[in-house]
Parts: sequence; C-alpha cells; structure tokens
Amino acid sequence: MSPTLVILLVGSLVAASCALVGSFLVLRKLALLGDAISHSVLPGIAIAFFLTGDRAPLPMVLGAGALGVLTVFLVELFHRSRRLKEDAAIGVVFPALFSLGVILISRYAAQVDLDLDCVLYGEIAYTPWDLVFWGSRSFGPKALWVTGGVLALNALFVATFYKELKISTFDPELAGSLGFSPTLLHYALMTAVSLTVVGSFESVGAILVVAMLVVPPATAFLLTDRLSRMLILAVALGIVSAISGYWLARWWDCSIAGAMAVVAGTLFVLALTLSPRYGLLGRLLTHRRLRERLAGQLVLLHLQQGEARLPVTLLERRFGWSRGRFQRTLRRLARAGWIEKGRDGLRLTTAGADFLDSTGGSHLAHRL
Amino acid sequence: MELSFTARNVMLGAALLGVAGGAMGSFTLLRRQSLLGDALSHAALPGICFAFLLTGSKAPLPLFAGALIAGLLGALTMLATVRWSRVKEDSAMGIVLSVFFGLGIVLLTYIQKLPTGNQSGLDKFLFGQAATLVEEDVQVMALLSVGVLALLALFYKELKILAFDREYGASLGLPMRSLEILLTLLLVVVVVVGLQTVGVVLLVATLITPAAAARQWTDRLGVMILLSAAIGAGSGVLGALVSATVPRLPTGPVIVLFASFVLVVSLFLAPRRGYLWALARERRVERRIRRENLLKDLYRVGEGGESWDRFVSLPQLMGLRGQSSARLLRSARPLLQDGLMQRQGDTVRLTDKGRREAAGVVRKHRLWELYLTRRLELPSDHVHRDAEAMEHALTDEAVTELDALLGHPELDPHGRPIPPVVAGAAGEEATA
Repeated sequence: MSPTLVILLVGSLVAASCALVGSFLVLRKLALLGDAISHSVLPGIAIAFFLTGDRAPLPMVLGAGALGVLTVFLVELFHRSRRLKEDAAIGVVFPALFSLGVILISRYAAQVDLDLDCVLYGEIAYTPWDLVFWGSRSFGPKALWVTGGVLALNALFVATFYKELKISTFDPELAGSLGFSPTLLHYALMTAVSLTVVGSFESVGAILVVAMLVVPPATAFLLTDRLSRMLILAVALGIVSAISGYWLARWWDCSIAGAMAVVAGTLFVLALTLSPRYGLLGRLLTHRRLRERLAGQLVLLHLQQGEARLPVTLLERRFGWSRGRFQRTLRRLARAGWIEKGRDGLRLTTAGADFLDSTGGSHLAHRL
Repeated sequence: MELSFTARNVMLGAALLGVAGGAMGSFTLLRRQSLLGDALSHAALPGICFAFLLTGSKAPLPLFAGALIAGLLGALTMLATVRWSRVKEDSAMGIVLSVFFGLGIVLLTYIQKLPTGNQSGLDKFLFGQAATLVEEDVQVMALLSVGVLALLALFYKELKILAFDREYGASLGLPMRSLEILLTLLLVVVVVVGLQTVGVVLLVATLITPAAAARQWTDRLGVMILLSAAIGAGSGVLGALVSATVPRLPTGPVIVLFASFVLVVSLFLAPRRGYLWALARERRVERRIRRENLLKDLYRVGEGGESWDRFVSLPQLMGLRGQSSARLLRSARPLLQDGLMQRQGDTVRLTDKGRREAAGVVRKHRLWELYLTRRLELPSDHVHRDAEAMEHALTDEAVTELDALLGHPELDPHGRPIPPVVAGAAGEEATA
C-alpha cells in the first residue's frame, strides 16, 4: 500500500469514528469532554507502560480507557453532588490527571522511549511505517487496524443503540420513563468516546482527535435538523477535511494533523456563513426580506387608510425614514404594481389593496 | 535556603499567575465558562507563531502581543458564533480551541523547517517551561497582572452583577455586552501571562481549580476572590519551590497538583458544603428519624393496650418494622440515656417524658394524614406513607398552623385520636 493511501485511510477512519460519537457530544453540550479525556488518559498510558515495560498497544489502550472512564466518573460525581458545575468539573479533573501523567513520565520515563510529544502529538505522517507483525509476516500498518477497529466498534454501538441514544440525548426524562437508564447509556457513550480518543490519538495526535470530535459535527449541526442526516454529514465532512487537509499539508510542507484541523475549521466557517437555514448570510437575507416586506406593508396601509392621493414629500415626512430606504420601498411597490405614481401623488391600486388583504394587512392595521 | 536567580523568577511568575488567575477564575467559574480559559490558551498559539514569523525574535513583548491578539480573536470568534448562530457555547469553544491550535501547529512545523526556526524554542509554550522565565518576562507578567487586578477592582460591582444576574444588570441600563467583552479581554490577558509558566494544557487549572476550591468555603464573591487568589499564589509558590529543589519535576504540573490537592481537601472539609459535613448531617437526620420512629411505635402499642405502664417486649417492636435486634438496640440506647424509656430485661416502656415526646410525633403524623385526605382529597389508605416522611420534617409552627387550618380536629382519617398538645412537649422536641 502506498504511504499516501495509508495516511488518507487512517485520517478518514479517524474522522468517521470521531464524527459518529462527536455528534452526540455536540448535541449533549459536552463538546469539550473529548479534549479533556484526550489529556486525562496520560497517567493511564504511563502506568501501562511501567507495568509492561514496552509500548504494546493493548495495555496502553486499556490503561487509557480506564482513565477515560475515571474522568467521566469524577466529572459526574462532582456535578451530580452539586459541588461543581459540569464545565468546572471537567476543568479541574483533566488538568489534575494530566499533571499526574506528566510528572510520572518526567520522573520515571525520561530516558526511555515514551515522551509527551509522541503520546500527545502522535504524527500521522509516520503511520505507514509502523507495521503489525504476526511472527515474521507483516499485516500492514498498525494504525489502520486500530482506527479501523475503533470505527467498527463505534458504528456497531451507534447502529445498535441509535433509538436509545437519540431519545436520551434529546429527552433524558422520556428515556428514563421508557425504562432504559440514561446514565448507563451516558457511560457507554463516554466509554466509546474514550476508546475513540485513545485509539486515534496515538496514531494521529490529540489535536486532530479533538478537532474531528467537535468541528465536523458542529458543521453538520448547522446544515440539518435530523439526527440521521447530521451523523452522515458529519462523517462526510470529516473525511473531506482529512483528505483535503493531507494535500494542503503536502503543499505547505507542514503538520498534516494541523492542516486537517484547519480545513475542518474552514468548512465550519463556510457552513456558518452559507448554510441555507442557519447560516449568517441566509439569516441576514431573511431578516432583510422581512424588513422590506413590513416597510412595504406599512406604506400600503398608510395609503389605504389615508386620503385618496398623497404627495410623496408629505408621506416621506410622515414616515421619517432615511431617503434611500423610503425611495427603495416606493420603487419596489411600484414595480409590483401595488401603487401608482400620479402627478399629484401616490395612490393604492386594486392589486395593492388585494395584496394587503391577502397578507393580513387588516390585522396589521389593528396594531398600528 | 538560598534561591538561585532563575528560581526566584519562577517563583515570582508563579505567584503573579496564581493571584491573577485565581481572581479571574472566580468570575469564569461563576459564569459557567470554566473551559473558556482552555480554549483561549490553545487559541494563543498561532499568535505566538505569527509574532515570531513577523519579527524573527523571541523577545517577550512581541510574543505576548501576538498571543494577546490571537487569544482575543479566538474569544471574539467564540462570542460571535454563539451570538449569531445556533451553535452552542461548548461547541464554539471546542472549535476555537482545535482549529486555532491546529493552525498554530501548522505554523510551528512551518517555522521549524525554516533555517532559523529550529532554535526558536516556541514549543516551550505548549507544556510551559517555567525555568526559561527571564527577568524581562516576569516584568511583563507583573505589569499585565497588576493591570488585570486593577480593572477587576475598578469594575467589581458591575462584573459581579454580570456574573450573577445578567438580565438584572441589563435592566439597570448597564452595558452588559461591553462588560462581557471586558471580562473576556481580561481573561485573555491572564491566559497570556500564564502560558510560559504552565503551558497551554494546564492553564485552565490555574484559573478554575483555585476558584472551585474557594467556592466551597464561601458564598460571598469578595471572599471567594481573595481566597482563590491566595490558593493560586500559594500553590504557585510551593510548586515553584518544590520543582526547583527536586530534580526532573516540571513546574506547571506540580503547581496544578498542589491546587488540586487544596480542592480535594475543600470538597471534603469545607463547612456546610464539604462531603464530610453532608455525611454527618445525613447521619444526624437518620438518627433522629430512627428515634422518632421508635417513640411512635411504642406510643401506638401503648395507646392500644390497657395501660401505659405495661412493658413491651423487644421482639414485638422488632416485628413492627421488621428490623434486627442490633438495629433496634442502637435506636433504643439514646432513648434510655435521655430518660424517655425504661428497660426491664427484654421489655421496655415509655416514661412520662417519653410519652409526651412520642405524642408530639404521632400528632404530626395524624394531622398530616388528615390534611391530605381533607385538603388534597386523597383516599385515607394512601396517606400513611407520605405522613411517615412528613412527621420528621414538619416544624412546630407548621403543626400549629395545620391544626388551626383543620379546625383543631380530634380524630385522624382512620378514626384514631390525634394527641393534643402537651405542655413541655415542644421544649423536649427542640432539644431532640
């Protein structure tokens, strides 16, 4: 397999598995829990390393997974007992565990092959050369197996418990009354997040995992209201970010993970501005259309209520709008054929009167 | 102990960060923006890289300025995203954190490939290397910290309203949005002050951990800020000292662990909020409930029999609630000690004093049952369980009111007499 293909595949697998669980994190307003877990697992990795003496993946994943679940447990404990708010609980737990990990490593493992850079800033560029061996036969890059396994687990989890996850995310009380425990599901989801974080960041680095957990799901959240579509979109956006990020990094000769995060961020900004329903531009246009419509209605109404013909200057003085806004409104109304401009002033046409009735103009008149 | 020049710089830096971070953190904690510090510390990285690319120097001032600008940009991006779209605050923070940091990593790798880049040492900002603090750094840090503290003090009243009741502030005509931006700006400054000492990842702890610990001890913002700043400064100085004396012990993590230790102690020991206090309170309530239940059981046996003077056997009492003899004896001991109960072999009976107190409990139970059936029109066979809980919670004033409300009734819904108020019973109740 060519190195490029391996990197693209690993990036896409990480993107997909992060998007699946990340969507639920975003919907549950726990977007930063992924970041917290990716740091708090450090002592678990360190302890696994001391116990086994090498960097075998399985003990490390287990150690890290245990710490991930511990993080969630502690956050829930402080939060549920109302001593700390949820965000504060996250904010005190992960730095404490991370500090413990850093101290363990710098005290006892400084000379050996375990340093922060390779744990936290795993480099996706090296994945093609880190191979799995069974006896003397090579079975391809390790990262492919690990990230592929994580994706399979996540897909299985989300597919099996799709309905339960959906209900407990949007309506935890309903979930409880339907007879399955939202707490248990919460822990299951967080275990999946821990596994995803741990399985991915050793190959691609923590920052890419955090980005992929939050950014594509948040982008998808701006594009749809349906959970199923959000999941599919998030996966697709993640994969697009991974692939174009890789080429960007080749072009700029810089960190691949960083470039993937930057592309994901760019896609988010695009969705934020251009999303048809929730984008800034769309909302700005809708807002303007509504304003124009109201302005037109007000002028029509005024013509209907008032004298038969009104001089433009008088009307302009009465409304007190800026000249540009007033003239634009009149031009629009004239173009629609709702008013006529005669020599002695403005007049409502029958079409204009009909329009006013059809849009609830009389209702508006009440309120004026 | 003689401190080296470097160690003194580190200690000063850590103390400054502790005070500024602790004070600032109180506000972010109360505003539920604890993780904003985390997002902003990550967002500062591309600014540092840009500053280096533009000036080619590692002088603190341009790097501080770059970090400040990038952090501010990150904060404004976050605020604008939340204000103008449906994206929630936590997602917005996550996006700013990861995308800005990703950009920072891109620039960092780009710089490292430049001929001059290898020695740039910019990565000390990632994990923090307090030992690289020079006097010039500390001077800039001091200037910024004093500025932050002065502004916090100057706008204390307004920021307090912002932290507790934004709408109220807006109704007073205070510029809440500008205050919010001011507070965020100050947060960015504190973040920049701390980056070199503790690094990107741990920065959030210097803000939140002291504040969370201080929160356990007090409900007053002013006290909380002072306490938080003291905890921050204390753990900063201790951390710097310890890491200077013990080899291979990085400063940032040690500072954070000291602060976390104070937090754990506070969570357990702080009066009223501490876990141990809550546990003791729970135990006290449980003891009272057991005591009142036993009194009530004896009363009911007594009122059913011919005479109050008859002794009741312990097995009969055990049967009433299906409890073990050990448990029953544990509840009985304080009653015997207080002279509310007499024991004769394996039998017990209430004393006069005990009967008065027991009557009070039964009175509460039966009045509540009557209230539920009359006022809430619940069927009389549904009210016992609720009354079992309420009899321990009703205060004497509530009982008097209940009695008047129901027209001083004599019988409960099951036709049993409601014991009248006995002189002295209320007094006994209060000491129970």
